[in-house]
Amino acid sequence: MGLMKKHETLERHSLALTLGILVTVAIGGIVEIAPLFYLENTIEKVEGMRPYTPLELAGRNVYIREGCYVCHSQMVRPLRDEVERYGHYSLAAESMYDHPFQWGSKRTGPDLARVGGKYSDAWHVDHLKDPQSMVPESVMPPYAFLADNKLHYETIGDHLKALRFEGVPYTDEMIENAKADLIAQADPDADYDAQDALVARYEEAAGREGSVRIADYDGNPDKVTELDALVAYLQMVGTLVDFSTYEADDLDNRR
Amino acid sequence: MGAHAWIFLILTIVGLLATALWAGSLGGRNPFDQTVYEDTIVKFGVTASMFWGIAGFLVGVIIALQLAFPNIMYFEQLGWTNFGRLRPLHTSAVIFAFGGNVLLATSFYVVQRTCRTRLAGGLWPWFVFWGYNLFIVIAGTGYLMGVTQSKEYAEPEWYADLWLTIVWVAYLLVFLGTIWKRKEPHIYVANWFYLSFIVTIAMLHIVNNLTLPVTLTGSKSYQLFGGVQDALTQWWYGHNAVGFFLTTGFLAIMYYFIPKRVQRPVYSYRLSIVHFWSLIFIYIWAGPHHLHYTALPQWAQTLGMTFSVMLWMPSWGGMINGVMTLSGAWDRLRTDPVVRMMVVALAFYGMSTFEGPLMSVRAVNALSHYTEWGIAHVHSGSMGWVGFISFGALYCSTQWLWKRPALYSLRLVEWHFWLATIGILFYIVALYFAGILEGLMWRAYNEYGFLEYSFIETVEAKHISYVIRAVGGSLYLTGALIMAYNLVRTALGHGAAAEGTRPVEAPAAATLQPAE
Repeated sequence: MGLMKKHETLERHSLALTLGILVTVAIGGIVEIAPLFYLENTIEKVEGMRPYTPLELAGRNVYIREGCYVCHSQMVRPLRDEVERYGHYSLAAESMYDHPFQWGSKRTGPDLARVGGKYSDAWHVDHLKDPQSMVPESVMPPYAFLADNKLHYETIGDHLKALRFEGVPYTDEMIENAKADLIAQADPDADYDAQDALVARYEEAAGREGSVRIADYDGNPDKVTELDALVAYLQMVGTLVDFSTYEADDLDNRR
Repeated sequence: MGAHAWIFLILTIVGLLATALWAGSLGGRNPFDQTVYEDTIVKFGVTASMFWGIAGFLVGVIIALQLAFPNIMYFEQLGWTNFGRLRPLHTSAVIFAFGGNVLLATSFYVVQRTCRTRLAGGLWPWFVFWGYNLFIVIAGTGYLMGVTQSKEYAEPEWYADLWLTIVWVAYLLVFLGTIWKRKEPHIYVANWFYLSFIVTIAMLHIVNNLTLPVTLTGSKSYQLFGGVQDALTQWWYGHNAVGFFLTTGFLAIMYYFIPKRVQRPVYSYRLSIVHFWSLIFIYIWAGPHHLHYTALPQWAQTLGMTFSVMLWMPSWGGMINGVMTLSGAWDRLRTDPVVRMMVVALAFYGMSTFEGPLMSVRAVNALSHYTEWGIAHVHSGSMGWVGFISFGALYCSTQWLWKRPALYSLRLVEWHFWLATIGILFYIVALYFAGILEGLMWRAYNEYGFLEYSFIETVEAKHISYVIRAVGGSLYLTGALIMAYNLVRTALGHGAAAEGTRPVEAPAAATLQPAE
């Protein structure tokens, strides 16, 4: 067969073979991934999305560090049982500020895309410290050490800056006040002006009220711990989008 | 990152000192002698493979026990031993440390023999070997310290990624350099597969690890892409880590070691061309099947599913070409457990490359995704296909490298074979059961139209499966330990491996010899 004969060229010229391989394996990725960056209907138009506050971002980084994504997905599929078990199916818009994404691939534990606000802070604290104390059959590891670890937030402004470079709409003001915002969100008895400023900044970004919560998440007023940050993050996951204004059937939101 | 900077510094000094000491004591031996093959590095690679394999299997057994017995296997104040940090350690240890070293060692072995020339680049192959293993140490210790980008199978942070990029470019150049000075006009089929593995992994690694460090002195970085784009990039990477690390690399092993061990030519030259090009072309498209029913646009999901189903044929092309190579030597299945191991590897390859397309169909995926079914699937592929073909290659290459007439004990290979096979069956059957069970429980409704089970009931239902899975994994680990013992005794020349008990049937390693 003629084509087989031509293959000899590739077998005799290593550079032709290498280039041939490179071209062959590049095509699929280019066709599938590149359009996601410019097709406008890839991400739905929604109301309420805002960047993470510094405390939530720090909590998200604890979530990543501990490998929570290994057992918990954050992606409710549009299937009847999942929507009833977890809540509204996840939208692409909900993770548009997520670098990296945390959709996960395995549910050894339940999906967490809509966990925000489902339980009390105290429940999360007890559960993270000793999961079996709240859910006896759980196979989740204990995270009591998070309550002892002081949160390191000295460079949190640099984190916001890096994310802004990648397209997350943090303002200059948010970056300058990152550290103050972080402290303000974890301590309800602290400087009220700082708290008002934090809420104003992030609610403006969200375009609606009520999306920034201030609390002593871990119940320990003495210091800002990693547990504070993690619970702050868990309590806001999946709560940002205003689903009362989201029109799933709108043609623009069909994908 | 501080600890890692120290590791880098100390190892660089040790490396330079070792090079100087070694160069100073050369005497009459010339390390660049073009008339002999560079086999010492392959011996190092075989040893490293065995070490990392056992380490990776052991961590696997530990995390399996954690899920089976969480009350015993977790320690409140030792956060670094939690499942979330050990699972990436397990996956990276078995894929990149064990699998990677097998690929390095065998590719260096095969490319020299099929090109009839010594490895190119003088000391550069050693840089590749030690550099790669340094990457593994950095990655593994990083996971324990919580240094991770959270992208599955691409967890190491930016500085480890940069280091691997340098090592990988050196690897490509060593490999290509050896091909450039080949004394055979044709590039042997195994080398096409190795080349596609090296080239494609470079592309995947670079694109999926585009990231911006927060500071140059810290380990934390933020992925350049976010949300849906990051998700598809990750699974384009993740699925093709399977495709090009765990498939084409190990098919290269199959294309050299099976024909060599049974002394038969590859079944079909034409089939190898057709399945090679179609395999590497189609594989790349299959990534979106990891994102069915997610917020990824449906056109991308459909493309991923279509190509995943098409992938079935080129995959089986490889299996058929490997199995049929035994034509005229079928008796070896009965008499040589090493051959049997490699053929069973192909059987597992065939099974999981049928199962993969099946699971990539959206309707099936709706049930199987997020469940233990996925874990069963990857372990049938990794323990069965990648593990067994690697064991076969390690048995062959140990015997040939140390120039032994036979392995120390074929009986021990039989033990290894059966323990590992039964271990895999325990493992996958338990998890297929658990996966389908939980998938059905998640979507079960009672007569009033409510969800029948709470989530925790589905966790409870899997307990016994988790225990059986841990037993299966332990059997597999035991088999690997037996193998390590057998290989050490073979290298030392004990038992049947002693000199003079039988004529050397294997290719003499230190002299040039005709290619395949």
